[in-house]
Amino acid sequence: MKDNTVILSGRGVTKVFGFGANKTVAVDHVDFTFRKGEIISIVGESGSGKTTLAKMLLGLVSPTEGEIYFDGELRDIRTHKKKREYWKNIQAIFQDPFSSYNIFRKVDAVLLDCIRMRGGGNLPYDEKLEMMKRACSFVNLKFEELTNKYPFELSGGQQQRLMIARIFLLSPKILLADEPTSMIDACSRATILDMLMGLRNDIGMTPIFITHDIGLAYYVSDTVYIMEHGRFVESGTADQVILNPKEAYTRRLLSDVPKLHEEWDLSTV
Amino acid sequence: MSKVILEVNELTTNYVTRFREKIYAVDHVSLKVEEGKSVGIAGESGCGKSTLALSLMGYYFAPLHYSSGEIIVDGRNISGMDPDDVRKTILGREISYIPQAAMNALNPTQRVINFIEDVIQAHYPKTTKKEIYELARERFELLGLPAEVLRKYPVELSGGMKQRTVIATSVILSPKVLIADEPSSALDVTSQKMVIKMIMDLMNKGIIKALIFITHELPLLYNVTDDIMVMYAGQIVERGTAEQMVFDPIHPYTRALMGSIIVPEAGLRDVKLAAIPGTPPNLKNPPSGCRFADRCKFVKPECRAISVGLRDAGEGRAYRCIIPEEDLRKAYQSEG
Repeated sequence: MKDNTVILSGRGVTKVFGFGANKTVAVDHVDFTFRKGEIISIVGESGSGKTTLAKMLLGLVSPTEGEIYFDGELRDIRTHKKKREYWKNIQAIFQDPFSSYNIFRKVDAVLLDCIRMRGGGNLPYDEKLEMMKRACSFVNLKFEELTNKYPFELSGGQQQRLMIARIFLLSPKILLADEPTSMIDACSRATILDMLMGLRNDIGMTPIFITHDIGLAYYVSDTVYIMEHGRFVESGTADQVILNPKEAYTRRLLSDVPKLHEEWDLSTV
Repeated sequence: MSKVILEVNELTTNYVTRFREKIYAVDHVSLKVEEGKSVGIAGESGCGKSTLALSLMGYYFAPLHYSSGEIIVDGRNISGMDPDDVRKTILGREISYIPQAAMNALNPTQRVINFIEDVIQAHYPKTTKKEIYELARERFELLGLPAEVLRKYPVELSGGMKQRTVIATSVILSPKVLIADEPSSALDVTSQKMVIKMIMDLMNKGIIKALIFITHELPLLYNVTDDIMVMYAGQIVERGTAEQMVFDPIHPYTRALMGSIIVPEAGLRDVKLAAIPGTPPNLKNPPSGCRFADRCKFVKPECRAISVGLRDAGEGRAYRCIIPEEDLRKAYQSEG
C-alpha cells in the first residue's frame, strides 16, 4: 500500500510567534517528506512544537517561512475557497472528541454534513442512509441506536469512533491525528488505533499521528520523527528510532516511559 | 507480617440518581494495605475506580452515599462517621486524596504558601505563619522542590510543577494513606516521571505509610505498586502481586487488559493488540451472573446464572470466575 508518491512535504517550515524580545520560535526550519500510504508519527513533549506543526499542515496557521507542498505542487490556500478545497484532502482528529462536535447537532446530522461535503448532497436519502450505515459499521457503532442522539450522550470512546466514521465518509487523502487516544482508556485505545490503521488499508489514506506516547508511535507507525524545541532531532523507521536511538534526546524520552521488561530508573529525573 | 494501615471490609457505596434509583458503583470491595506497601487499582473507564477512591476517604456527599461495610485506618473505623468530622479529623491527617486535575486546586490569586497556610490552619488553627513556612520549606526541600515555589503564583509554574506542589501540599500533615487517582495522566512522560518519583519518595522517606494508586496505564502500575487489583463493573475481579497480574493473569478480563498494553519495547509490533469487544454493563440493572459474561471469550451458560465470589488462588491471589484456574490456563494455552 506504500508507494513512493510524495503526498505532503515541507522545506524550511518555520513558525515564529511574537516578535522582538518576546519572540518564540515554535517550529524551526523543519524539512519533511511524507509518502502516500505511509504511517507517520511525530513524537515530542509538550511545548516541542508538534501541535503548531500540525496546525500548519492543516492550514489553520500559516507558516512564517518555508513552503509546504501537497501532491507535488506548492500548497495554495490563500483564499477561503481554496482552503475548503484543501480540507477535502486533509482532515484531523483531536484529543478531545467532544470539543470537536457541534453540541446542537445530532449524530445523523453530523454524518449527513460529511456526505454533503463530499458532494453527495443531492443523492436519494436511501443511498445516504446506506453510506451512513456503512460508516458506522466500519467503526463498530450501531447506526440505529445513534441516529437520534446528541454527541454528549455518547461515551468518550464512542465519540472518538464517530469521529473516525466521519473521516471514513469524507475519505481525505491525509488524516492528522493529534493525540487521538490520550483521553481514552487503554482498553479502547487498541480499537481506535486499529480503526485508524484500517482507514489506510481500506481507502488508502496517509495517517499522521502527533503524540507524546512513544509506545503508541512504535506500535502504529512506519516512520517516526522525534521533535525537540521545534526541530526534528531524529527520524527514520520505527525500528531504527525506537530500538536503536542515536540521539540523547530520544534515549531520554524512551527512558521516561515505564516498561515491562526493563527497570524504570527513577533516579534520572 | 507487618502492621495493617488500611483495611476495607466489604465496602459498598451507591449513587442515587434523579429518579431515586440506586447504582452500586462499589460493590463489596475488600482490601488490605500493610505498612510500606502500595496497591494499584486498574480497570476501564467507568468500572468504579474513582468511585472507590472517593469511597475510601469516608467522605460522602450527594449523589454518592455510603451503604455498608467498613474502612479501618490504623485501627480506627471511619465508616459511617459524620461527614463534618471526617473532613476535620480524617482528611489530610489520616487519608489524603489527589485527583487527576489536582493542579486545579491552586487558587490563581494566591501564592502557593497562602494555599498551604489555608490547608494547615483548617486543621490546626493555632499554627503561626512562620511555623508553617518552615515546615513547608523543609518538606519541599525533602521532596526536591525548590523553596522559591512557595512564594510564587500558580501561573508562574509549569503543569508538572503545579501537580507536584499540590501533592506536596496534600501530604503536608503526613497522612497515613495517600490515594492517588490518575495523578499523572494529564502530563507528558517527563513530568509524569517526576510526579511518580515524588510519590515514591513520599513512601521511601516515610511521609506516608501506604499508597493506593489508581490508573488505567498498566505499565505504570506495574512499575509503581507492589500489588494490583483489577476492577470491573464495581467489583474486584482479580488481585495479586504486580508481577503475577501482568505476566500471569488468571481472570479472562485481566488477561484481556494485559493484552492491550503498549510499551516501546522490541516485539510489540509483532503482536496484535487485543481489544475487548463491547462495553461494560449498565450498573442500574447489573447482570445476574458474572458481570463480564457478555464480553468474555470463555463464557459458559452457567456464567450468566451463578454469581461467584472471589476465589482464593493461594499466595494472596484471588479471582472471580466460575471456571477453575487450571481450566482457564489450559484454555489460554490452547489459544496460544
